[in-house]
Amino acid sequence: MSSPAKAMPSRLGDIVGAANVTDEPARLAAYEVDGVRPSAAARPGTAEEVAELVKLAVAEKLAVIPMGARTKLGIGMPPARYDLAIDMTRLDRVISYDPGDLTLSVETGIPLAKLAATLTEHKQFVPLAVPFYERATIGGTLASGVDSPLRQMYGTARDFVLGMEFVTGDGALAKSGGRVVKNVSGYDLHKLMLGAIGSLGIVTRVNLKTFPLAAESRSWLAGFTRAEDAFAFADSIHKSPIAPQTLEIFDGPAAAMMDAQLPIDQTEWSVAISAAGNERVLERSAGDLQTMSRDANAATFCALDGSAATSLLAAIREIPLLTASKFADGVIAKVTTRPTQMAEIVQLLKNIAAERGLPCGVFARGAGVIYFALLPKESDATTMERVTQCAKEIVSVAGKNSRGMILRSPRELKREMNIWGEAREDFPLMQRVKQAFDPHVIFAPGRFVGGL
Amino acid sequence: MDRHLLNELEQFLGKDGVLSQPEDLLLYEYDGSVEIARPQCIVFPRTAAHVVRIVGLAAAHKIPIVGRGAGTGLSGGALAREGGIIVSFARMNQILEIDAENQRAVVQPGVVNSDLNAAVASVGLHFAPDPSSQKACTIGGNVSENAGGPHTLAYGVTTNHILGLEMVMPTGELVRIGGKAVDAPGYDLCGLFVGSEGTLALVTEVTVRLTRLPEAVKTLLAIYDRVDGATETVVEITARGITPAACEMLDGWTLRAVEAWVHAGFPLDSAAVLLIEVDGLREAVEQHAKDISEVCKMHGAREVRVARDAAERDLLWKGRKNAFGAVGRLSPTYYVQDGVIPRTKLPQTLREIERIGKENGFEIGNIFHAGDGNLHPIILFDARDPKQFERAVSTADAIIRFCIEMGGTITGEHGVGMEKDRLMPLLFTEADLALMRRVRDAFNPAGLLNPGKIFPTGKGCGEVRIRPMPQRGAGNSAPATGRDFA
Repeated sequence: MSSPAKAMPSRLGDIVGAANVTDEPARLAAYEVDGVRPSAAARPGTAEEVAELVKLAVAEKLAVIPMGARTKLGIGMPPARYDLAIDMTRLDRVISYDPGDLTLSVETGIPLAKLAATLTEHKQFVPLAVPFYERATIGGTLASGVDSPLRQMYGTARDFVLGMEFVTGDGALAKSGGRVVKNVSGYDLHKLMLGAIGSLGIVTRVNLKTFPLAAESRSWLAGFTRAEDAFAFADSIHKSPIAPQTLEIFDGPAAAMMDAQLPIDQTEWSVAISAAGNERVLERSAGDLQTMSRDANAATFCALDGSAATSLLAAIREIPLLTASKFADGVIAKVTTRPTQMAEIVQLLKNIAAERGLPCGVFARGAGVIYFALLPKESDATTMERVTQCAKEIVSVAGKNSRGMILRSPRELKREMNIWGEAREDFPLMQRVKQAFDPHVIFAPGRFVGGL
Repeated sequence: MDRHLLNELEQFLGKDGVLSQPEDLLLYEYDGSVEIARPQCIVFPRTAAHVVRIVGLAAAHKIPIVGRGAGTGLSGGALAREGGIIVSFARMNQILEIDAENQRAVVQPGVVNSDLNAAVASVGLHFAPDPSSQKACTIGGNVSENAGGPHTLAYGVTTNHILGLEMVMPTGELVRIGGKAVDAPGYDLCGLFVGSEGTLALVTEVTVRLTRLPEAVKTLLAIYDRVDGATETVVEITARGITPAACEMLDGWTLRAVEAWVHAGFPLDSAAVLLIEVDGLREAVEQHAKDISEVCKMHGAREVRVARDAAERDLLWKGRKNAFGAVGRLSPTYYVQDGVIPRTKLPQTLREIERIGKENGFEIGNIFHAGDGNLHPIILFDARDPKQFERAVSTADAIIRFCIEMGGTITGEHGVGMEKDRLMPLLFTEADLALMRRVRDAFNPAGLLNPGKIFPTGKGCGEVRIRPMPQRGAGNSAPATGRDFA
């Protein structure tokens, strides 16, 4: 921070109360993003306070990063500048909930688990089963853009976020969308906020559709010796009338990382499926899935009992970022492609890892999303050099019909490459969006695609 | 219009690619709304390169430019409010690719919604958004307006089914956003451009998501002697967490108008009917149909009929989708509204609409997407009487204000266009609108693409003005009737 900013804590305190400001180095360590420590952190209690903080940041030319429970701040490039952390966790209220309309309005600092407790009372839920679920806030989840295994049935946040209120880079409190389930009034600006890691504004409130919890659900696990068969099985499910809630395909190394108690044998590949509905729907699904698995040369097929099913769902919820705790030097790439191209892309990715002699794990979603983990056993310089080369190649395999980025990596890797991959032809449009929302470039500068 | 410009356009579009005779212009001065605006010429590009050249010429001559699909829109989105060039996509109507394996298709913007559906039905797929105008409306128009339809209750609106766009920007660049893969890193530009009502770019190619056709479908007709019984049924179906594929309501006045023309089998003596469809796995459909019938009976349905076969189902839907043709037989003009309310507020809102109608001396019919709270009150009026027109508009405004009070919105699927720009301040603050304007200006800096849409043009902010009655003469005809709506 520049010298006039010396009095910053007191000015921040004027806005949010002194008790909600810190500039103590020890406490600020928790607010580091990719090793960059801010000069201060503030915990606003209202949207208006957020707006005041942003105005102050504009006046003082402070770079700001908004955050919730700080579980996914590793996504993105290191910040080019970072002065002020805005901790949103005091904004944690349910503003309105109309169970009969299946709609909800909440402040963005609310933890997903707390929100779920409210919804469960009415046998409803929001389909965001994301990593660090027990701690993550809804705001951080939406900003991070992480997906959920439930996307198989419910889509991603863009399909059930109805509207937002947010503070833009000039300190204005603005909104788009609304509270009702159908709405075409004005531009859908809130869609831009999803996955933007706070680079356009600070979301203070979000309106969502909620969904009824199914009375019954079941899970199944099929084992395959060959990747092609596992992906062919997933493909046959897509072509059938069966509508799973989740459909995940993963290999042995990925399964080994899950803490779940699962009946996985020596088979190399697993396909995990869950479905919801009445007893007859589930019976029918079980029968059809078993037949399809047999046709796809499955070595095993079994239904999971209650606790195994719960444990599997928790595992597939966490796995995209699980390697972070298991492999400090691990790299997780997210590659998306057409569903029928998944087997081919997975082979390509495995070849890249094999050429550099790096162990790897594969975890994929039926919708065409592949999480590819590089799991180096050593952390010496030459190993990290190989990891970096691999990561670069992975991001560039994305061709016309695929996209790739590095979701999680050790900090050092970000010095060597752009984790978002090359800017694409639509980048100039994104620059214009950024300019419209954040004209003074105060939000998370340098962290997003193309340095936005 | 400047003859030089027409010559330049004809050079690459051909003589049959440019219309500028007065009788041609008349045909493009209206759409499905009650608005009117006359363009100076209409052009028919066949390629994206044509569109780039058209945009370049319009920019050089500082002339407004407006994209148009089939002109079935209900908010004036495809009208040249400030004159200029209408770019009709009627000749860019090719389905470029059907990737059945991945449930994707790539189409030109002029492809008609039901033509795409016909082309993919044989491989067991459909494009889910199904506005009532689907036999005429185009995918490009659906994208611009973020179109809905009865079955969007379960399947989502257009934006949920668009994966990629190729667009010509007002500044002349041809750009692709999104694509066949999901979750491209970067801002969700598709999410912004879909539903931007043709104010940010001209779409030249669309990559859509296709959806598997359901294994089983059941269509129910629940018949009520009380309107409240029907609305209460919808409230309870929603609260129970049953999501039908569609849940439509027709009140007694509307169903009698429809029945006189379509003979769909709606009982003439009823106060309201619900047309409810459930689809999916056979086992689920049976259960849901049974549960829904129970709820209907619990709320006083005197009868719940189940369509016996596809023919009977089609007839019921014909009644629903052609309702506006039927209304057109009763009145020279009518005004269809498009408010949305939380579904828990349905009973009181319908009662309020009736009260507002009585207070203003109008009989208001209701035929709408009850399942997602998307109301379509129909106000019959005679456009030849300027006072009546003004009163119809102020009556519609009163209904919209009530929707907002209920926590709802001013348009669920028809768009803001030039119909509701003046109502935007009821929903959005100056800060909200300023940001939306900045986004528009970021892509459409000269303001030549579809000017006069979405944003209020009146001076006093927050002030709602009554727009002047469209005048006959001077080339203007009476307001067109809303022929179709989702």
